[in-house]
Amino acid sequence: MKKFIVRRLLLGVLILFFVSMIIYSVERSLPTSYVDAKARTMSQKQGAKPYEQLRAELNASYGLDKPVIVGYFVWLKDAVRGDFGDSWVWNQPVTQKFASVIWYSFALGAMAFLLEIMIAIPLGILSATKQYSKIDYAVTVFALIGISLPSFFFATMLKWVFSINLGWFDLYGIVGRMHETLGSAGKLLDMAKHMVLPVVTLTIVSIGSLMRYTRTNMLEVLNADYIRTARAKGLSEKRVVYHHAFRNTLIPIITILGNMLPGLFSGAMITETLFQIPGIGYTSYQCLIQGDIPFTMFYMTFLAVLTLLGNLLADILYAVADPRVRVN
Amino acid sequence: MSTSDKKTDEHISTSQALDDEQRVKVLSPGQLVAKRFLRNKLAIVGVLILVTMFLFSFLGGVVSPYGESQVFRKTESTWKDYAGATYNEKWIFQAKEGQEFPSAAQQKFILATNQESGSFEAEGISYSLTKGGEDFWLISSDTPIASVLTLKGKSTYKAIGDVELTEAVKESYEKAVAAEENSFEVDGVTYSVTKSGRETTISRSGELALATKKVFSEAVQDTAMDFDFQKAALQAIEAGEGSFTVGEAAYEAKALEEKDALEITRDGESFATVSRLLVSPQTPGSFLSLKFKEAVEQAIAENAATFTAVNEAGEEETYQLQAKNTQYVVRSQKETVVNDTYASPSGTHWLGTDGNGMDMLTRLMYGGRISLMIGFVVIIIECVIGVILGGVSGYFGGWVDTVLMRVVDVVICIPAMPLYIIIGSVMDYYQIDPRLRIYALCVILGLLGWPSIARMVRGQILSLREQEFMIATEATGVRVSRRIFRHLVPNVIPQLIVIATMGLGDVILTEATLSFLGIGVKFPYASWGNIVNAVNDVYVLTNYWFVWIPAGFLILITVLGFNFVGDGLRDAFDPKMKR
Repeated sequence: MKKFIVRRLLLGVLILFFVSMIIYSVERSLPTSYVDAKARTMSQKQGAKPYEQLRAELNASYGLDKPVIVGYFVWLKDAVRGDFGDSWVWNQPVTQKFASVIWYSFALGAMAFLLEIMIAIPLGILSATKQYSKIDYAVTVFALIGISLPSFFFATMLKWVFSINLGWFDLYGIVGRMHETLGSAGKLLDMAKHMVLPVVTLTIVSIGSLMRYTRTNMLEVLNADYIRTARAKGLSEKRVVYHHAFRNTLIPIITILGNMLPGLFSGAMITETLFQIPGIGYTSYQCLIQGDIPFTMFYMTFLAVLTLLGNLLADILYAVADPRVRVN
Repeated sequence: MSTSDKKTDEHISTSQALDDEQRVKVLSPGQLVAKRFLRNKLAIVGVLILVTMFLFSFLGGVVSPYGESQVFRKTESTWKDYAGATYNEKWIFQAKEGQEFPSAAQQKFILATNQESGSFEAEGISYSLTKGGEDFWLISSDTPIASVLTLKGKSTYKAIGDVELTEAVKESYEKAVAAEENSFEVDGVTYSVTKSGRETTISRSGELALATKKVFSEAVQDTAMDFDFQKAALQAIEAGEGSFTVGEAAYEAKALEEKDALEITRDGESFATVSRLLVSPQTPGSFLSLKFKEAVEQAIAENAATFTAVNEAGEEETYQLQAKNTQYVVRSQKETVVNDTYASPSGTHWLGTDGNGMDMLTRLMYGGRISLMIGFVVIIIECVIGVILGGVSGYFGGWVDTVLMRVVDVVICIPAMPLYIIIGSVMDYYQIDPRLRIYALCVILGLLGWPSIARMVRGQILSLREQEFMIATEATGVRVSRRIFRHLVPNVIPQLIVIATMGLGDVILTEATLSFLGIGVKFPYASWGNIVNAVNDVYVLTNYWFVWIPAGFLILITVLGFNFVGDGLRDAFDPKMKR
């Protein structure tokens, strides 16, 4: 097991190396005039350094004055030591900005994740046990609608109904107008209130796949021989489903949940942007459209790490949950 | 076989005889799949949705009477300034024909009238004033024509300029000198005598200009109303006479009731008005009729807010009159043509119009075309790359497989959405042609989407290549490329179709999201995503549901259709999932 993890980790590092190199190349193939324009706008700010100096500094600090490969190693050398440079948009170290926004994203993701588990798994099991019933069709349609819903459209619908027509929630932001006057508990509640619509959006949009996955796996388990055996020996249907079948369904479900876990930190770019939740997604979106190379480099590498971590976690959990699987 | 079995297993014959050829009706695998598919209600709904969407998008654009970016205009009536009216407080100068009354002299004139002096001098020329009536002055100037040196009773004339001194003038001059008069008249021209020492100057004095505060407005545009006419008219007004003549023409002057104004007629036809009110059109070069001016005057006198007058087209029109201090503004209702933006759904525009005044329904049709086409192009690119790399990787195995699968790992790890956004904003920065952007979008989406297909193809081929038919191809010496793409890949087609159908929905979603963010398909091209983009304006979100709800709904329905069909196909292809 240890050997397996080490091997996967080494492989992950290798993949990460290439992924970040590709991302770096893409960022570098942004025309240099883009950096020039960036330097020009920066130099026009009050108290800024002159344009020539700024451009030289920008180029030097990100290795943009060197060939792509050499420049990449300059970036990599700093990145490995945890130095991702200063964000051009936020004018502070990338990691510092990241640390200040990530918890909004995590809170958002975690709440949606919990809701998803609480709704998707029971419904998936229900629809599998009552295959081809009306409930099954309803759940299937609901899941597929969730998969097919464009998050921006659903978020807009929610805003239209609950913010504009009913006036229950604010259209944007994480805090209300009176936030500063509230006590600490009130502040927390205020933020929670602003999280309601984004969480609902995220949950509905991502609930479908987990529901379908649960249903498919439950069906597979219910068709297995040991279920027939359990039924044959006269166990109640309840025990068969919730004891024998459910435990076995958990194996793939735990695996996929493990895969999803790192994603809690990745931020929901579209949803956060639409609701202007100052999480990592919204922050990165602003950096992306403004060409903030240091921040986007960091963010994209971060996302790649999360993906790799998710896969690794899934594999490990699979081996842990299912004793039949023995990795070598 | 019982009848209940017949219902579900139609392919099994009900014949009892074992040697009956019809006993087992064998269905081809394709027929089996089709049958299983058709039995799935959701899949049928999906097919119906997709057929409707395709008809809507590809036929709709043809059927729709409007173009993709045809802008609709509407006329909107707004009150616009039409004319200004003010009581004239300035002097208006009218110089005699061929003469001029320079502006320096005009300034001096105003000074002179204020100081009530009868003469003034400007730029070396002296002018004298004669009051013709209230706010009416006649200005005369003296032009020296000769200087006379009189010695011992004998005068020597010296002409100034090229004026010829006639004997009559000289004679009259001498008479005047003898009579110690300062002026004399010869042939209707007045001459003045100015003495300075032994020298005397004879000046021809003549009326040069008149100054009045009354405004002459002509009945017919560009009618000349020269000095003589104005003088005669003003004099007639002062004298209270009802008629006057200028040259050959006879004019009648008639005071308009209740107003400080006169109407001058010539041969019974209205010729001009004289009034203190100055009415000028707002647009330079246009002409206001006398009737209109009279109506304005009437309205001002009556302190009315609105009045009617005959306009240029000869129709009665209502005007607004607004007073601003001493000025009046006349406003007329002007029809201006504007884009018919955010028109509510109606008979002509079933779903209203968007922010550019384009027909919403037609935009949706063309948007569907683009969304579906992008979906298909991207999926084709993904399938081609995925099948080739997956097929090669699965068939050869070994280090080829390892390398290709690491490539797949790498590509899967690349965060797609941020990358699209970066590339999109760079294209924004360079203002790439919208058509080119669509192609670029297809290529980028395709290049990042193939790994899942490659993985699936590889997995299938890994098991397929161990089967007997592959040994057979090897034994018969079939080429490797043929082995992969003719014998292995066709066996993967079912899974490929499923993954492609589901993938189509995903691509359409991604495209819509990017277009919604404003970095995918760009105006003037319509896409469902960029139509919903209008909600970034909260005003639109609040007030115009028909702008964004139909587009979002179409995205949902279409993607749902692809997912229903894909789901149905997967169940149909996979015999394990018994239905």
